Amino acid sequence: MTTSTAPQKHPRPLSPHLQIYRPQMTSMMSIAHRITGVGLAMGLILLTWFLVALADGPDSFASFTAFCASWFGTLMLMGWSLAISFHLCSGVRHLFFDTGSFFEIRHAQMAGYIVLAGCMTLTTIIWIAAF
Amino acid sequence: MKLKWEESGLKSDMARARGLGSARNGMHHWLNQRITAFANVFLVGWLLFFSLQIIQSGGGYDEAIRMIAHGINPILMILVVVSIFYHAALGLQVVIEDYIHHEGIKTLSLVVLKLLLLAMAVACIFSTLKVTL
Repeated sequence: MTTSTAPQKHPRPLSPHLQIYRPQMTSMMSIAHRITGVGLAMGLILLTWFLVALADGPDSFASFTAFCASWFGTLMLMGWSLAISFHLCSGVRHLFFDTGSFFEIRHAQMAGYIVLAGCMTLTTIIWIAAF
Repeated sequence: MKLKWEESGLKSDMARARGLGSARNGMHHWLNQRITAFANVFLVGWLLFFSLQIIQSGGGYDEAIRMIAHGINPILMILVVVSIFYHAALGLQVVIEDYIHHEGIKTLSLVVLKLLLLAMAVACIFSTLKVTL
């Protein structure tokens, strides 16, 4: 093995730099999965608040429901339901990837569009049921 | 016991000396993330259904208490809490490890994250039991 520092005739391939890499559906789905995951983790504060308020009594629960009914709380719940729909559908796609399925680019993209359609459908159902 | 690959020279001597090689916990992390993901498909499905029921009931306190204490709902709620918080801890851990490069801040963030999530999960489980029992 040589450890020469002389310029190489054939530079070794570099992994793609995110800043100059053309955005693709598959890479956008991947980062969206992570972003929605972090968002949902923050949403756990809401779940904790719901349960603790319920255990604390009617007054605490009233302030929780008041927050949810406010424009900011409603916006958060709508964003959360969108994130949960995406992360759920996208997560199932990842579980299929783990079995070795859909590795062809064509199939990975098709599965991505199915995820987007499923996410929109699920979000719509939730919003219709909630309002 | 030493595994064969540990001596095979895949890691540099410096990496081995610093102890920055594999901690041999990666598979455990990876697998548990998938197991909780699989459980969450069903458990979060129930949580969505339950949340919508709560919303449709109009936000009354007595009604909410009655619904969470009904049947196997408290059991499902505790299962959801365990699975979701564990899944979140594993996921956020990877995000922190990916983006925070300062060794001290990274370690502190991981410790604070795990303790915070544990405290929140315990609060959720205690509250569920309190309104049910």
